Amino acid sequence: MAAFGDGADVTVVAGGTILMPELTYGRLQPARALLLTRTGLDTMRRENGTVHLGATLPVAALEDAPEPLASAARHVADPEVRAQGTVGGNLCAAHAAEAPRGDLQAPLIALGARIRSTGSGGERTQPVEEFLAAAPTGRLVLGIEFEEPQAGAWAALDRPHAHDYTALAVSACRGADGSDHLAASGAAPRGIRLAAAEAAYAETGDAGRAGRDAVRDAKFADDALASTWYREQMLPVLVGRALSQLEEAA
Amino acid sequence: MNLTVNGVEARLVSPPLASLLHVLREELGVTSPKAGCQQGGCGACTVLVDGEPRRSCLVPLATIEGARVTTVEGLGRPDDLAPVQAAFHEGYAAQCGFCTSGMLIAAHAYVERGGTDERGAILEALGGHICRCTGYAKIVAAVSAAARGDVATQAVEASYEPVPGEPEVLVKGSPA
Repeated sequence: MAAFGDGADVTVVAGGTILMPELTYGRLQPARALLLTRTGLDTMRRENGTVHLGATLPVAALEDAPEPLASAARHVADPEVRAQGTVGGNLCAAHAAEAPRGDLQAPLIALGARIRSTGSGGERTQPVEEFLAAAPTGRLVLGIEFEEPQAGAWAALDRPHAHDYTALAVSACRGADGSDHLAASGAAPRGIRLAAAEAAYAETGDAGRAGRDAVRDAKFADDALASTWYREQMLPVLVGRALSQLEEAA
Repeated sequence: MNLTVNGVEARLVSPPLASLLHVLREELGVTSPKAGCQQGGCGACTVLVDGEPRRSCLVPLATIEGARVTTVEGLGRPDDLAPVQAAFHEGYAAQCGFCTSGMLIAAHAYVERGGTDERGAILEALGGHICRCTGYAKIVAAVSAAARGDVATQAVEASYEPVPGEPEVLVKGSPA
């Protein structure tokens, strides 16, 4: 961790699935590289109702994690890439030129995850939304933790091919305390909480109303995967599907 | 840096962040892994790293120090093909052949871990591999046959006599 320091000029190498094309095509020339191989951060532990994920846990290993994380992980790329890419790398994936990435951000928001990271000022643990809002450059993720939810559900637009990013997905979660949480991928440059939809659902229990309110928190954009218009039409539908699956699972 | 490639130990001079694909093709002259998209999107560079299929274009050399790497050259020999190779040969599952190395590696790993001939499971296992000839039907049929153990047992007749006037081997490091 000392080798990371404040993160200046350090290129972190975890799974390599995002990094390697940058190197191959000459878009990145690292001054210093920090390899996370063999740091022992590739574990998942469940203790006293809390799930602990190490930063370099492969995305493939999340297939055993609670929903909605497991379903979101199963829809990341293909089996080889899932076995290599890490949960920490996916969490920190910046918005790409052509599409939103970081499909695990929204399920982690819905799960109320906390991110343990190091960097300037030392180690800290903070809510995933706060971590993402600060733009994760300069922080090295060490681990992720969240309470086992009562139930979780995930609804998404199907991908035409394994290598497409998911254009739009909704994560729903009933926390240990019985409160319902909603988050979306593909509705903004990174995963976002659907706070207005959460409030509407808590107040009225009406999934349709929650769906209509969900667009208030979105910051849609046109990209190679879908248009703003299409995402606006589909977000309420996916919120409705996720909530009905959540009620079935609970 | 050291790797064991197809059973042969290799000491390497490529830089630590060189891709495994670059090491295999450019330093070791092992050309079955194809340099297609080189961003993890086509599957043609897939090799086995300690028995698990990996995109060699996405693997930094330094992260697999000491690993066992298997490419198609190490799957079988012309007189002793791996079951998926025999099935691909029997079922004419290669057209232009560019994706075939990656398909074979992924299919081999799938069959080795006890994969069945269920179509959905095969599609999932090959989901990261693109065939530009769209020859998927025969590829999936061949993997099904290999998974069932329903492959030709006779040795494949292969001639390695160069055609007079033709170059004996392709240019080393050429893309195909």
